[in-house]
Amino acid sequence: MATDHILTVTNLTKRFGTFTAVDSVSFAVKRGEIFAFLGPNGAGKSTTIKMVTTLLSPTSGAIILNGHEAAHHKDAVRKSLGIVFQDPSLDDDLTAQENLELHAALYHTPVKERAARIENLMTFVELWDRRNSLVKTFSGGMKRRLEIARGLLHHPHILFLDEPTIGLDPQTRNHLWSYIKKVNRDEGMTVFLTTHYMEEAERVADRIAVIDHGKIIAEGTAGSLKKQTKQTNLEDAFLALTGHAIRDEEATGLDHMRARHQMWRRH
Amino acid sequence: MDFSTIYILWKRQLIKYFRSRSRIVGSLGQPILFLVAFGFGFGGVYQRAGGGSYMEFLAPGIILMSVLFTAVFSGIDLIWDRQFGFLKETMVAPVPRLSIMLGKTLGGATVAVIQGLIVFLLTFLFGFHIASAPLLLVAFFAVVLVAILFTSLGVAIASTLEDMQGFQLIMNFLVMPTVFLSGAFFPLQGLPTLMEYVVKIDPLTYGVDAVRGALIGISSFGMALDFAILIGLSVAMLAIGSYLFEKVQI
Repeated sequence: MATDHILTVTNLTKRFGTFTAVDSVSFAVKRGEIFAFLGPNGAGKSTTIKMVTTLLSPTSGAIILNGHEAAHHKDAVRKSLGIVFQDPSLDDDLTAQENLELHAALYHTPVKERAARIENLMTFVELWDRRNSLVKTFSGGMKRRLEIARGLLHHPHILFLDEPTIGLDPQTRNHLWSYIKKVNRDEGMTVFLTTHYMEEAERVADRIAVIDHGKIIAEGTAGSLKKQTKQTNLEDAFLALTGHAIRDEEATGLDHMRARHQMWRRH
Repeated sequence: MDFSTIYILWKRQLIKYFRSRSRIVGSLGQPILFLVAFGFGFGGVYQRAGGGSYMEFLAPGIILMSVLFTAVFSGIDLIWDRQFGFLKETMVAPVPRLSIMLGKTLGGATVAVIQGLIVFLLTFLFGFHIASAPLLLVAFFAVVLVAILFTSLGVAIASTLEDMQGFQLIMNFLVMPTVFLSGAFFPLQGLPTLMEYVVKIDPLTYGVDAVRGALIGISSFGMALDFAILIGLSVAMLAIGSYLFEKVQI
């Protein structure tokens, strides 16, 4: 495989008991591109991201990220990637700056550079004024911006964004994508994203892969996918590829607990 | 071993503890209530029975009760880290899981020791005084061991739980019995045989006995045995906690 690929996934499979969540998936992401991974709920997107980012061990298959084999060089892979998870992962009881300092320590960012990097990135996502505020006082959009700053703090080679704009208003979404496109353009940062908003994928992604039932069913530019399905927009192309049936995801124990916690908070 | 990770996660626990002042004050309500209700309530009977000052006897037990509660809950806190996603941030970082576990546990244990110190100072308001100042250090060491033991237990429990469903179960069948069957409130002499066995398998018994030995000079098992058991159990529980944490799936 050519070295201009930052991420190469070969025959990646994950089974949970008898259920195959990801079924022999192969794809490659080029250095410097914005790659969108699309699919309905339960298609295997998040499971794939978890495996590629070393949070979950694959049942079989190989992942090579930035030249490192994920199965054997977890830490090298982890250093090479930044991630913004689908669910928030900040510590709400710490300030914005403390969250970033914690991240810098976990990634062994050189101590001398920490302060400058944190200031730069917080200025970049327009949160420097709020650096001493507790994260629990932040809106959803501010938290997302902070997570993007955090994901970039250790200078990763590839940034993973798992549904980064879910629940955000169009203004904030627009802002987020402008940050991400800027880092992609100026720093040559590779971006791997998932989203349910097809117009976003169409607007920002250089290449798109569509996954359904654990398999990649189409891959190409937005234009080529539309052409392949003879549709005029990506949403219709996506529906043509994945069908119109609604997918129900089973709730996990964590989902139940979140729901209960929200109920407590309301009372 | 990754000391910068251990340090930053330890520091995180302390920042969060000192930031939650209302929780600190709130958590002092229970030991104060116990000191008043039991200390003054049973004081007369205890003295007439020839036991001497019940407040002196009770204070080490109350201190350790506070340490145990704070320790177990600092460990179980891990469930919230998992629920609110922060755990993912640490799990995806290029650091060994053992360091994450140690940072969490040592941070929680430190918080529990601080809580114990605050309650220790409070007991003086209720007429507690210590027999020997140099032995304070020995008591402190026993408290540290109890804190590590029960924070690791909390982490071990949290590593096996998906959510807070089992919380009441842990509270009523593990935490409360550990406190009430430990000899924190009553002398260990003349117990019914079955009860004596239960008391002897309760790890907190040895913590209470060691602190009582150091602070007021009364020890049922001898401090050497107390410390041997506490050290052994803390190391074992740290190992079990690390093993279970290693298996946590996000």
